[in-house]
Amino acid sequence: MTTVSQDPTAAVAPRLGRRPAPHKAKRDWTGWKFIGPFMLIFAFVLIAPVVYSIYLSFFKDQLVGGNSFVGLANYIQVLGDQKFWESLGRVSIFLVVQVPIMLLLALFAALAIDSARLHFPAFFRIGIFLPYAVPAVVATLMWGFMYGVRFGLVANINDFFGISLPDPLSNAWVLASIGNIVTWEFVGYNMLLFYAALRVIPTDLYEAAELDGANHFRVIRSIKLPALRPAIVIGTIFSIIGSFQLFNEPNILKPLAKNTIVTSFTPNMYAYNLSFSGQQYNYAATIAIVMGVATAVIALIVQNRGSRKEV
Amino acid sequence: MKIRSNKGLRRGAAALTGALALGLALSACSSAGGGAETGNADDIAKALDTETTLTVWAWAPAVEQIAKDFEKEHPKVTVNVVNAGTGNDQYVKLQNAIKAGSGAPDVAQIEYYALPQFALSDSLVDLKDFGFDSFADEYTDSTWNSVSLDGGVYALPQDSGPMALFYNKAVFDQYGIAVPTTWDEYVAAAKQLHAADPTKYITNDTGDAGFTTSMIWQAGGQPYKTENSTDVSIDLQDEGSKKFADTWNQLVEGDLVSPISSWSDEWYKGLADGSIATLTIGAWMPGNLESGVADAAGDWRVAPMPTWEPGVAASAENGGGGDAIMKQSKNKLAAAGFLQYMNEGEGTQTSIDAGGFPSTVADLNSDEFLNYESDYFGGQKINQVLVQSSKDVVKGWQYLPFQVYSNSIFNDTVGKAYSSKSDLNAGLEAWQKATADYGNEQGFTVKAGS
Repeated sequence: MTTVSQDPTAAVAPRLGRRPAPHKAKRDWTGWKFIGPFMLIFAFVLIAPVVYSIYLSFFKDQLVGGNSFVGLANYIQVLGDQKFWESLGRVSIFLVVQVPIMLLLALFAALAIDSARLHFPAFFRIGIFLPYAVPAVVATLMWGFMYGVRFGLVANINDFFGISLPDPLSNAWVLASIGNIVTWEFVGYNMLLFYAALRVIPTDLYEAAELDGANHFRVIRSIKLPALRPAIVIGTIFSIIGSFQLFNEPNILKPLAKNTIVTSFTPNMYAYNLSFSGQQYNYAATIAIVMGVATAVIALIVQNRGSRKEV
Repeated sequence: MKIRSNKGLRRGAAALTGALALGLALSACSSAGGGAETGNADDIAKALDTETTLTVWAWAPAVEQIAKDFEKEHPKVTVNVVNAGTGNDQYVKLQNAIKAGSGAPDVAQIEYYALPQFALSDSLVDLKDFGFDSFADEYTDSTWNSVSLDGGVYALPQDSGPMALFYNKAVFDQYGIAVPTTWDEYVAAAKQLHAADPTKYITNDTGDAGFTTSMIWQAGGQPYKTENSTDVSIDLQDEGSKKFADTWNQLVEGDLVSPISSWSDEWYKGLADGSIATLTIGAWMPGNLESGVADAAGDWRVAPMPTWEPGVAASAENGGGGDAIMKQSKNKLAAAGFLQYMNEGEGTQTSIDAGGFPSTVADLNSDEFLNYESDYFGGQKINQVLVQSSKDVVKGWQYLPFQVYSNSIFNDTVGKAYSSKSDLNAGLEAWQKATADYGNEQGFTVKAGS
């Protein structure tokens, strides 16, 4: 016995041999049963399409010549595709300009409603949130009519004041006009996100601040803003995703500004038109994958930076 | 009230032409029966006497009614008409079904400009298989040419759109402007009108692929050539294309066209209030004016399309299309029977009654059609102008085998010239390049430029 126990392999072997046996017997599927339905749907609606898109992106199906495996050729083509980079540049500008404006407005609105100095805060809360409840399609159509320089609101303003506003749907202004629509739509949503975060701050913190003689701005700076940081990070990530996925607004405005909103105005529109009017499903899938990865990377960076500052 | 009585009259006489068309169809059948296609004509008749269900994708409003009438005549055949979208929307679904290998209808409506895409990709049945090439003489040259591709016949024409100049006579009279007969006169009229009243424009144009290709067609341009199905050449700087662009430049660069897009609300308003004074457009337009611009009843007239050389009549087709049988169809014979009924037989009159402009010679030349006086057009016999246009269509035009996509990127390229009011030739060159890139990408051998 002693010799056996001194042998290292012999000492390990029974331990290894003993372990799996009871483990196997105890194998419990209860957990899987609970998450099974979710996993099934998750695999079906998320994993499968992504895997299929990746699969598609390695092929090239032509009207003449049929389907063939091309390896990474589609990815190399994306890297050199001027239209793709132009569209990515456009949504990047949109992201850098529109998102801060929207989040600052939302932050201001949330702080104002939370300040308890506002009459009828519920009215303002609903009022600011309401545009979010309007479907994006309807909102864009509505704004599209207002932007009209011949029969829309812009025309009326021009006539009434005898001035000549620039055409909101002209080359120089169209991105700003879309930014305006998106801001109008999503300020309320972000405001609610921030407001919810403000409501969970324990009131004893405010009482302590009051005892210390802190004024309102001091309370905002030292209590409210730090407490809001996670919500701001979340809001920023959502906004980045939203900007990169910009599609509804430009696509619906396109009939009104067909010469300024090109078919490759945003990466999503580009992918959409490639696949649905150009039958280039494989290349469209490649663009979708590239954009998905780019969005995930940028969102991850924001999240890491956001939580690091929090410390 | 006026319109209603008008329709009654049309319908009354319609029965007559309907009978005529039927006679024509019958004689066509019997002539086919005498030839080598005997088996085919009999086979079709046999197929129509068996329990069959046909699926038809079409958006033309008359097709529902035609299907009902057809079912009455052939009780064993059920025809399901599906509106799978208009134009490009439907082509996308069709292309997807072709790619998937199943799910395509038996019969599909396809416009002339899109037909090469489906025909050359071997997705459509060559109607010669049913002896339908014997119908050639029954259709106008231009529409028959549009469905005859690469030695085959891939659709039966349904409607057509020979172009004409629709003009607002009230506006022309008010400013004492003569109706232009050449494009130079047209440009002069544009200047005269806009100078007299800066709110008024000779026409609207924000860049439209269909209009541009039709204008190049009329100018004698032949920018697209396809040989052996896959060898494509594009030259949007050939003589005809340049002729169009140079003339149209004067209007675009000179701010002489209204920057309103066709089919928008503003467009209809402009057509009604006289701020858009003319439209050079297909012969299917009268019905749209009657319903969409009812306020301007009595103001509008139709004149022949202005020409490039004085006194040399020329026109082009704008829009219109036919119906084809898909290769995927499992009921090709019955489908052929329906197709013939719809576009060669009694269905043609139903299409005319629904406002379509026919492509069948017999219908075009019937007295009832030619002498129809339109109240909307101040009692003018508009069909005489429009039918003449169908005879003057310039021969030899071809569309690309990927025209649908090419047209979808027209505004990305030529549109820039419109929005910056700069040279359309540069825009056409950019369009040519983008189109050629796409063609090469899709495996065609594309030669761009002359």
